[in-house]
Amino acid sequence: MIHTSHLVKQFGSFKAVDEINLEIGRGEIFGFLGANGAGKTTTIRMLCGLLKPSSGEIRIDNLDIIKHSEQIKHKLGYMSQKFSLYPDLKAIENLQFYAGIYRVSFEPALKRLEPILEQFGLSSILKTLTQDLPMGYKQRLSLVAALMHDPPLVFLDEPTSGVDPQARREFWQVINDLAQSGKTIIVSTHFMDEAEYCHRVIIMQDGREVALGNPAELKQEYGSANMQELFLKVLGVSDAKL
Amino acid sequence: MNVLKIKELSVRYGSVEALSEVDLEVQPAMVYGIIGPDGAGKTTLMRSICTLLPYQEGSIEVLGYDAASQAKEIRARIGYMPQRFSLYQDLSVQQNLRFFARLFKVNHAEMLKRREQLYKFSRLEPFAKRLTGNLSGGMKQKLALSCALIHTPELIILDEPTFGVDPVSRVEFWQILHQLKADGISIVVSTPYMDEASQCDKIVLLHKGRVIGQGSPAEIISGWKGKLYSLTSRDLQKLYAFLQTKAGKDNLQLFGSEIHLFSEQELSSDKIADWQSEFPELESCVEIKPGMEDVFLRMMQ
Repeated sequence: MIHTSHLVKQFGSFKAVDEINLEIGRGEIFGFLGANGAGKTTTIRMLCGLLKPSSGEIRIDNLDIIKHSEQIKHKLGYMSQKFSLYPDLKAIENLQFYAGIYRVSFEPALKRLEPILEQFGLSSILKTLTQDLPMGYKQRLSLVAALMHDPPLVFLDEPTSGVDPQARREFWQVINDLAQSGKTIIVSTHFMDEAEYCHRVIIMQDGREVALGNPAELKQEYGSANMQELFLKVLGVSDAKL
Repeated sequence: MNVLKIKELSVRYGSVEALSEVDLEVQPAMVYGIIGPDGAGKTTLMRSICTLLPYQEGSIEVLGYDAASQAKEIRARIGYMPQRFSLYQDLSVQQNLRFFARLFKVNHAEMLKRREQLYKFSRLEPFAKRLTGNLSGGMKQKLALSCALIHTPELIILDEPTFGVDPVSRVEFWQILHQLKADGISIVVSTPYMDEASQCDKIVLLHKGRVIGQGSPAEIISGWKGKLYSLTSRDLQKLYAFLQTKAGKDNLQLFGSEIHLFSEQELSSDKIADWQSEFPELESCVEIKPGMEDVFLRMMQ
């Protein structure tokens, strides 16, 4: 679904992303881990076509991201770190707005997404103003908005920041269901228990890959009990404990 | 003297009761955690303490001053770090610090002395001239904390200070909090991370505006009734579906690469053997001690 080779992004003299090579398959949940400023968001923004690589290649579904950007746009959904919902619109109006942007008919799209709305407890708040919704609801609504055009590839940039443990688990239940239905999920997170739910993860530092693989295999390789320990170990902060 | 004393506090937004009958006390030099799901009333409680919200019933006493009638005295003595980043992105690190110092009428000589101390723990000095908008997430939070500390407050109120902060910076941020506590500063902090909740001296659990638990993390965990098991399998989703038919969804929680199963009674070895023969991919099932997150999830049900 995603192929990158020698992906580089340079801002002036600063290399934000340095030689990233990825091969991500259909139905895979792929996690981006790393400290703030490690290059996760920059990489994700390039994979979405929001940022032009300085060099290297990105292919989505075998299409070059630069040459076929229009075609690719319809294949991907993006939920950004900062929610891009209009606070002064009702929840349902935000969904209508996204359906409009992606030029899909609203009613069938809403009908298709009904099970997710139900699972998220959003059905009853569709007429509420978005600004009056608690954080957890806004975040779920953002995900639904990113799914309006039924994209096979979904990007989630820190979707669960500031979300409580129960709501995070409900969110991941939906992510799992989406992957099982064949969608490819690219997610970045600071919660290391969530990293365990990914099929594969990449750990980045200073724009480079420092580890890549299946969480269970990585833990075995580094002799770590859990992802938190592994993460700190890989980044060389072995004595820190939280 | 208590740093903070809240009695039967109720806060309403129109007809919505955001907090009802909240009682709590914070002693000096303590890290006090406010824990609860989204919409539980954490931010409302913190804003009330900071005298930023009018309340309808009860009383709040901060450092001996009444929040309803002595807001000015309180504001001069506390530091507040709101949930959303509220520093000027187009000012440099040192300009933001100077701005907050002036806001709190800290004179220049004192500001320089204080800034030195704050740079020492935040390690932001090399970035003094960098625009705040160009700092990493972890550095921004350290700067926001420094700004809240510039007037040497006795009490600081931190609303989810590690929001969007990576695990390494989170460790560092909490080391700073412990250092502040050792210096005698009282800290009230909210967080969605249960490992952070475990580091507090005392916590209050809020749910739908009400206090549903209060005490040290150890006390709260010791209130756990029943048994807890950790189960693993190569295919966790399949194991989850299997256990759902055996134990019910309400008793199951995903924990990274494990599933935690709550049971009122001890699971007999026969039962575990039965499960294993019915679901051969079940790799292990061992009793474990509950952690803060187990307790939180259970209490929310």
